Amino acid sequence: MTIILPPSPPLAPPLSAPMPESVFALTLALLLIAPLAIAGVALINAGLGRSRSAAQALLGNLAIVAVTAVVFALAGATLAGAVPGTPGSAGHAFQLAGKSWNWIGSGPFLMSGFGAAPLQTQLALIFELLSAALAALLPWGSGADRWRLAAGLATAAVTAAIVFPLLTHWIWGGGWLAQLGMNYSLGAGFLDPGGAATVHVLGGLSALAVVWIAGPRRGKFPKEGLSTAVPGHNAAYVLFGCLLALTGWLAWNAAGAVLWLHAPVAALPETILNTWLSAAGAILATFTVTRIRFGKPDASLCANGWLAGLVTSSACAALVTPGQALFAGLVAGIFTPLLVELLELALSIDDPSGAIAVHAAAGFWGLFAAGMFAPQKGQLVAQLVGIATLLGLVLPLEYLLFWLLDRVVPFRVDPDGERIGMDLHELGGGAYPEFVIHRDESYR
Amino acid sequence: MKYAGLLLMPAGFFLSMAALILFLAPAPRAAFVLSGLAVEGLGLAVAVRGHMPARGDRRP
Repeated sequence: MTIILPPSPPLAPPLSAPMPESVFALTLALLLIAPLAIAGVALINAGLGRSRSAAQALLGNLAIVAVTAVVFALAGATLAGAVPGTPGSAGHAFQLAGKSWNWIGSGPFLMSGFGAAPLQTQLALIFELLSAALAALLPWGSGADRWRLAAGLATAAVTAAIVFPLLTHWIWGGGWLAQLGMNYSLGAGFLDPGGAATVHVLGGLSALAVVWIAGPRRGKFPKEGLSTAVPGHNAAYVLFGCLLALTGWLAWNAAGAVLWLHAPVAALPETILNTWLSAAGAILATFTVTRIRFGKPDASLCANGWLAGLVTSSACAALVTPGQALFAGLVAGIFTPLLVELLELALSIDDPSGAIAVHAAAGFWGLFAAGMFAPQKGQLVAQLVGIATLLGLVLPLEYLLFWLLDRVVPFRVDPDGERIGMDLHELGGGAYPEFVIHRDESYR
Repeated sequence: MKYAGLLLMPAGFFLSMAALILFLAPAPRAAFVLSGLAVEGLGLAVAVRGHMPARGDRRP
């Protein structure tokens, strides 16, 4: 069952009727499973880094989730605003060329009145809380082995307080991107039911900003010759993380379809099937590409391909047919390993977790595919406007905020800390105290 | 150079926004949005080039 949306913001009209309790219970259950996606990404982040930074990586994941929860409740939820159609959902708008441009939300301060809010609003805020955590988590893996914990937490706070709420309001909160359908006859407005834009593209672009500001790991790009390969320390973590992520993603996309598209329960099996097919198509494509490129399939690139398929599904699983989802996944699985290679070898971008290729690029592709396959007229242009906003506004904004933050809380650890590893330097103890850890000199 | 690229990206965004306001017909509007995206892509390429570490003799 493909959902065909009316040319209006996806959320505005249907809230006249309260959410049925059975749908509330189902969505709540999905939101209880969705954090497995965060657990999976955390495990992948840790596994793709070095063994001497594993404890710092995993502690950082937990701390980032904690910081985003607090900051989003304190400030982010207010800027994100309430669900359209509920009290306090109007937000702030300005008039331009005879149209209303709703640019910032005006939700209650400190999430006050949360318990008394309509059921849909409560679930939407929990979904946004989870999304903020995952979006803030994604750059952490890209800055592995040289990004200080304090700086990682500070960037998570900035993302959860400013950038994520703004984007959330524009897309999910009835803001100007959601109103493109009503104001400019562009399909149903910008659509992003699973958080491909608000979570993955935002996180991937944040990762790019972090990598630019922190710089590459010591010895990664030597003065002469090719870049040094720094393999992840635990492929088992990475691959098990992929399986955990699948479980979380299935629930995440289904919950997003209910909350942001008002999809009927009968449409959820297809959303789940599409999520699975997209991931399956992506990993098979990556498996084949790496088999052809290197003679053997590459485990970490296959994991990247799997995640890229899941990210693609975040944009389009609830909007396309199974065949289209498989196609979208296949394309993501083909370009992801090639892009990872291009970023490292040609562009000297040191991204240990591959978040830029996996989350930003695959997220962009998913958003484009959702528009390409949509039956509504003008949907593709709406998606392109959303993509232009992410690339042209969100990336420079994140870069500016992180650049300013770097002046206050330096991102990069000192050379000695990088040499002995983040675990010993920042935590005073390693993740594997009984193991012999590689000296830096063992790499070229 | 990196900052020039980062400034070029918002310029592309505003081109895309201008497309919404200036054009009513779908074809020119889509073309203008794509032009804005192309400018953003150019800005991204410049920013990436500006952030690349120097290799070989050029590295201090």
